[in-house]
Amino acid sequence: MADALLEVRGLSRRFAAVDALKEVDFSVAAGEVHALIGPNGAGKTTFIHHVSGALQPDSGSVRFAGRDITRLSMHERVRAGMARSYQITNVFLGLSARDNVALAVQGRADAGTSFRFWRPVAAEAALFAEAVDWLTQVGLAGKAEAVAGSLSHGEQRALEVAMALATKPQLLLLDEPMAGTGPEESARMVELIEHLARHVTILLVEHDMDAVFRLADRISVLVNGQMICTGTPDEVKADAGVRRAYLGDHL
Amino acid sequence: MAFYRPARWQRPATLAGLVALVALPAALTALGQEFYIGFATRVLIFALAASSLNLVLGFGGMVSLGHAAFFGIGAYTAAICQQAGINEALFAFPAAMAAAGLFALLVGSVSLRTRGVYFIMITLAFAQMVFYLFVSARAWGGDDGLPLAGRMTLAGFSLAGDSALFFASLAALTAALLAFGRLAQARFGRTLQAIRENETRMEALGYPVFRYRLVAFALGGAVAGLAGALLANLTGLASPNLLQWTQSGTLLVMVIIGGVGALYGGVVGAAVLLGLEEVLVGFTEHWHIVLGLLLLGIVLFAPRGVAALFGERRG
Repeated sequence: MADALLEVRGLSRRFAAVDALKEVDFSVAAGEVHALIGPNGAGKTTFIHHVSGALQPDSGSVRFAGRDITRLSMHERVRAGMARSYQITNVFLGLSARDNVALAVQGRADAGTSFRFWRPVAAEAALFAEAVDWLTQVGLAGKAEAVAGSLSHGEQRALEVAMALATKPQLLLLDEPMAGTGPEESARMVELIEHLARHVTILLVEHDMDAVFRLADRISVLVNGQMICTGTPDEVKADAGVRRAYLGDHL
Repeated sequence: MAFYRPARWQRPATLAGLVALVALPAALTALGQEFYIGFATRVLIFALAASSLNLVLGFGGMVSLGHAAFFGIGAYTAAICQQAGINEALFAFPAAMAAAGLFALLVGSVSLRTRGVYFIMITLAFAQMVFYLFVSARAWGGDDGLPLAGRMTLAGFSLAGDSALFFASLAALTAALLAFGRLAQARFGRTLQAIRENETRMEALGYPVFRYRLVAFALGGAVAGLAGALLANLTGLASPNLLQWTQSGTLLVMVIIGGVGALYGGVVGAAVLLGLEEVLVGFTEHWHIVLGLLLLGIVLFAPRGVAALFGERRG
């Protein structure tokens, strides 16, 4: 891939005696939806933490948009254009959906500094207007005023995505956006991701195979901390190693 | 905890309270109870110190056990200014704020890299270092503390009269609470409270969390320094006792009694604690027992503090 947006080289990380990640090479091309799959405990979340900056690798490098970001902290990576949603819903439950997204808008570099001590945020109409735009994108326009804690699980997942989007990322890391949602909500989330994929590059970690095969341009398979295969959905389906290690009777 | 938002009654109640306080010295004088002007001043000063801790603890979620260091540094800075011939509060008070604020910046830049118990212990350790520094500094009175020759002047007006110092303290407290109330609803305060609620999420939204915490910590330290400078004027002494860790504990108790993260939590807590002390001391020297029971009662029945009982709105 000549124009890789995200390029991970030789990433390794040990936790005590366990090799959580072993010499992982991985890349996401600009514009694609790249799914990362693997059995439970394969190291998917650990890998995502290394991409997002929550954890630092023992060795290896992470390049993003042509720049080495291996040693950048999480908030610096977000500013560089990489946003993530969480596997476990991670929103401010006491705030309205709109206030949640407004916080994300406010955190962006082009929204100006947050070292402002006098003017109430409530007077900053632009923040909230933009927040409602993002909520509309994820289908939550009608819930803008609702307290996040009162939203359904699926709605909270969508809110989570809206917050990530509001940082205006080039790359969106979606960590199991379908986790814990019912079939209807999952279907809605798949539609949402299809819609988003037209505007932003997506790295999707997901267990729901139907969703993965429907959404992904390419799929990478992580097993026991090693990336055993990367390819189109058909290539991955046909890969003997993948079948043996993971998919088994799913296909 | 949710985010601070003022209750509808807050503005009229604040104005009424202010009017009552402005009239207080005259009323006490008319009743022949001038002694209580000094007591009321003490409450105002501790309310200021406790409110500054509440910025750090309540709005910032940082459990500091070293706040007395900033309080004491403010008191010593005022006394040292006077020793150096600067008797004008317009210089000495900002100097106290700057000294305490800068030290808070130093403490914060180290301690805010840790969390939880480690943060508590490091802030405590810094405060104890300052305590032993001043106890051993003979030029500044060592164990005995550094006395002031008399109260300072503020913009040329003497603070020697009890009413004058009362009004200076009231002005400082009012300004601080106005500033904190605005700040809590402005970008900075929203950011700070969101970090308190979910630090990782804020990192993941691109916020440099450490910087916001550090600024709040330094701001709290600076305001505590102002309270210390006022207290030195009230008591006529910058005492090492102000730097004791028990003093940090007292300020924490005030905030917890009043309401962690409630704008008036520090004020209510200081008034309740000092008021009880004043009343109970008249009955028994074991007043701490009663105080302990009260504290238990509050933690059990009003865990969000007394101010929250009056329905300070959150959301």
